[in-house]
Amino acid sequence: MDLDALASCLTSPACLVTQTTSGLIIGMLLFLVAVGLTLIFGVLKVVNFSHGAFYMFGAYFAMTAYQLTGSFALAILSGAVGTALLGLVFERAFMSRVYGRDVLMQLLVCYAFVLIFDDVVRMIWGPEFKSMGMPAAFQVPPLFIAGGVVPPYYLLLIGVALAAAAVLGLGLARSRIGKVIRAAAHNPGMVSALGINTGLIYGGVFALGGMLAGLAGALAAPVRSLTPGMGFSVLIESFIVTVIGGMGSILGALIGALLIGLIRSFGSLGFPLFTEGLMYLFMVIVLVSRPTGLFGKEVA
Amino acid sequence: MTRTRKPGISRRSTLALIGVGAATFAAPWVARAQAKTIKIGMPTILSGRVAQLGTSSRNAVLLEVEKINAAGGLAGRQIEMVIRDSKGQPQEAARIARELVNTDGCEMLLDGEASSGSFAVHEVARDLGVLCIHTCSEASSLTADPKQHIPNAFRCVRQGIHDSIVGAGYAAGIAKAKGLKKWATCSPDYAYGRDTTGEFVLYLKKFAPDVEIISESWPKLFQPDYTEVVTKILQAKPQALYSCLWGGDLTSYIDQANIYAMFAQMEVFAVNMADYTALTVVKNLPKGIHSGDRYIKTFPPTPENAAWGDAYKAKYNEYPTNWSWQNATAVMFLSEAVKKANSTDGKKVAEVLTGLTIKCPFGADGTVTMRADDHTLVGYAIGWGTTIPQEPYVPDVKAGDWKAIFELEAEWKKSKGYT
Repeated sequence: MDLDALASCLTSPACLVTQTTSGLIIGMLLFLVAVGLTLIFGVLKVVNFSHGAFYMFGAYFAMTAYQLTGSFALAILSGAVGTALLGLVFERAFMSRVYGRDVLMQLLVCYAFVLIFDDVVRMIWGPEFKSMGMPAAFQVPPLFIAGGVVPPYYLLLIGVALAAAAVLGLGLARSRIGKVIRAAAHNPGMVSALGINTGLIYGGVFALGGMLAGLAGALAAPVRSLTPGMGFSVLIESFIVTVIGGMGSILGALIGALLIGLIRSFGSLGFPLFTEGLMYLFMVIVLVSRPTGLFGKEVA
Repeated sequence: MTRTRKPGISRRSTLALIGVGAATFAAPWVARAQAKTIKIGMPTILSGRVAQLGTSSRNAVLLEVEKINAAGGLAGRQIEMVIRDSKGQPQEAARIARELVNTDGCEMLLDGEASSGSFAVHEVARDLGVLCIHTCSEASSLTADPKQHIPNAFRCVRQGIHDSIVGAGYAAGIAKAKGLKKWATCSPDYAYGRDTTGEFVLYLKKFAPDVEIISESWPKLFQPDYTEVVTKILQAKPQALYSCLWGGDLTSYIDQANIYAMFAQMEVFAVNMADYTALTVVKNLPKGIHSGDRYIKTFPPTPENAAWGDAYKAKYNEYPTNWSWQNATAVMFLSEAVKKANSTDGKKVAEVLTGLTIKCPFGADGTVTMRADDHTLVGYAIGWGTTIPQEPYVPDVKAGDWKAIFELEAEWKKSKGYT
């Protein structure tokens, strides 16, 4: 424990800015992965254990597009669109066959695909780790805000993630398709009876979830090494986020991800040997006090 | 008088049956002893995060075996390598090692496992008495600890303690010249990271007593994001940073630290930077990171080393790794020992290997030795230098002094109760 370091950071504006943005960066990437997971669970009632693979594919798609075109915007787009298409095909071909089945069966199918997807990446891109590299536009000195260090690329990353959260939240709350999705989550039988193609809705939601994870992977690609299996550790933290925020809640995913990000960034100062443990401890406290998570709803 | 014969199997038939049975069961062993080819087993890591290193070990072994077979083989017997994937799991490495000897009939083992698996394979070698050369484990205790010593096992690998002595000596020189007193460390949170960092700091403080460690970070192995570690180090404002992160973890760390302009704010000493796996992957490699040599075809700066690196690249379309040269050296040792013993018998080869010095492209003076008292490799090229973002990546490597290494290693062994 190094509480002196934590206390001196909390009283220093420069340190506060640096550590808060550091927490936001970790949190916003986690949010993009976790919100897809929570959305799929909320509507399809499936715990998509293979969700980390979409993060991995997003990163690899982005790297390949960047190498081929040299355009960072196209790289991000490829990561997002590629994983959306992959999600749609995966849902229609495999996941749609296990809806309503035993949870163990769903987990086994997902886990099988975790291994298959990792091997597919190994076959296409090779087993060695890769690096996309930072686009030239962002190879600039960091900004100094109130003495705190903030890299411009991370400002973009936070902005894109916040925009995705806003579009998703507003879209689900206000748009017609959002209402249909919410209705399908609540009572799929009734939605189907009204003549709405629920299969299409399910496929679309799965594709959207995959796309958000792919977007996170594409945004992370310039600063994280790419390896087969890279989605797994992100998936574990995303599960923690969804458990803290409440399975099925988008706002919960956002708040949960930000809390985990801040715990990591400030925890590394005050509790350098217990940063990981702090995350789990926080999850346990939330589960004991609110078993459905901070924003989760009781299932009847 | 007529001879009566009791019903049932006669004594003669029983003896005949036993004879036939014995011959049947012994046949494969006789056949094996006379086999023209010699099988050498190799458990290594061919899948998972470390697959690249395991693959480069296999490649190097096959490159050398090809040369030996073309020249007539080991004492006239062609080598057949039997290489299996342990997936980096110690229990799987031990199972495979046992199977390679007992089922596949391998007469020798090259243990291409990381430290955790090597100790498991070492126990198999102890149990079966088969000749075994460890080719990847850098954990010093594998050969330094007398409890681990067995006559049939050798280690043909660089050692953590050697790297720490040379690295700390190099770093202390720069620390004194530039007045670097405040240091931070950032290493992976497992045995290798903790031990190597501890040994480096121990010798750094010995050579430069003014040095003070003001911040330590222990990210977990394969952690995807290092942002909180980078910002924590920036807050501590050290003058220098030591890290033994490696592979993809090191490249992630560099990419993430780069955008905070961390490398402009402190001197960075990353022992595992100067390996082609990391050097060729990082897109924006900062200039001036200090690193130990892992494998660089320009160090030792000899035509033999450069030719070996180029031959490997020509065959596999990528540069060798640190594990590659170690595996290649193990095959060179085997070849020379068999020649000297004029036999492929494991016991005889082990006797010759003990204390053997061979010519080798990776030797500090063109030779390397399998030290007799602890069966470990010494005399290999070891040094530190600073990186540049393009080939030759580390243009000027300062070689470590083996005399000083031997002296300090002996002291270290004493302090550990090994001697």
